[in-house]
Amino acid sequence: MSLLLFRVDDRLIHGQVVLGWGRPLGLDRLVLVDDAVAANEWEQELYRMAVPANIEVVFASIASASAHLPEWKADRQRTALLTGDIESMAALYAADHDTVKLINLGGLHHRPGRTERLPYLYLTDDELAFLRNLAAEGAEVVAQDVPTAPAIDLEAIR
Amino acid sequence: MSNAAREPLRGIVVAHGSIAAALIDAAEQITGARGFLTPVSNTGCDRGALEERIVTAVGPGPAVVFVDMAAGSCLIAALRRLRERDDVRVVTGVNLAMLVDFLFHRTLPPAEAAAHAAASGGNAIKVP
Repeated sequence: MSLLLFRVDDRLIHGQVVLGWGRPLGLDRLVLVDDAVAANEWEQELYRMAVPANIEVVFASIASASAHLPEWKADRQRTALLTGDIESMAALYAADHDTVKLINLGGLHHRPGRTERLPYLYLTDDELAFLRNLAAEGAEVVAQDVPTAPAIDLEAIR
Repeated sequence: MSNAAREPLRGIVVAHGSIAAALIDAAEQITGARGFLTPVSNTGCDRGALEERIVTAVGPGPAVVFVDMAAGSCLIAALRRLRERDDVRVVTGVNLAMLVDFLFHRTLPPAEAAAHAAASGGNAIKVP
C-alpha cells in the first residue's frame, strides 16, 4: 500500500508535514486535496516551495482525488494525502472507505466556536460528533501531530 | 515614489512559536529603536486566522513583513493577503542582523528597505 497517511491539517503543506512526516515515512509524493488550491496555480507554486525536489506534489480537487485513490493506492510511490478540513477527508472516505481507513487529525486550529481538545486540535461539538459518526461507520480516527507523538484515539478526545 | 512610501516603515515579523517576539526584543535592545516592529506568531491559529493576524499587524502600511522560512504556513499566509499591495514587501529568512538593518533604514521605500535588510541578513550568515 503506497498511501501511507491521510491527514487533516488546516495549514496544508508545511514543515511538520514535509519534515516531521515526510522523512520517517520516506515520502516521495504529497497529494493536496483542496478545491480552491487545485484551481489556483499561484498558490500551488507557493506550496511547492515548501517541498524538496525529490517529492512530487499533486494538487487535486475532491472529485479528482476520489477518482484517483485506487491508482495512488496501487502504484509504488510512497504517498501522503492531505486535506485542510474534516469534510473533505470524509468525502474521500465516502468515495473509497477501503482505501481511506486511518484518518490522522494533524492540525485543526482555533476559530470561533471551537474548543481546545489537544494543543493542535480544536473542534466544535458538531465537528467532534461528525468525527464520531465517521468512526461509527468504520473509519479509524486518531489525533497525532508528529510521528514521535502518541496517536490519540478519537474515543479519548473530549 | 508615493506619499505612503515616504512614511517611516513598520516591520512585521511572522514566525513559528515565539521566535518573532524574541528577535524583536533583541533587535530593540541592540538599536534602542522600540515600537517599530510587531511580532506575529502562527501558534494556535489556522490559515485564515494567521492571515488576519498579519493583515491587522500591517495595518494601513507602508511595511516590510519578515517571515522566518522561505516556504510554509507563515509565508503563504503573508503572500496570500499582501502580494498585491504596493506598500508592503515580504522578506524571508528573518534573522537578527536583518531586523537591525531594517530599524536603521525605515525611511526607505518598502522595496529598498526590504532589499537592504535582506542583503544584511544574508551577509550575516558565515562559516567562520
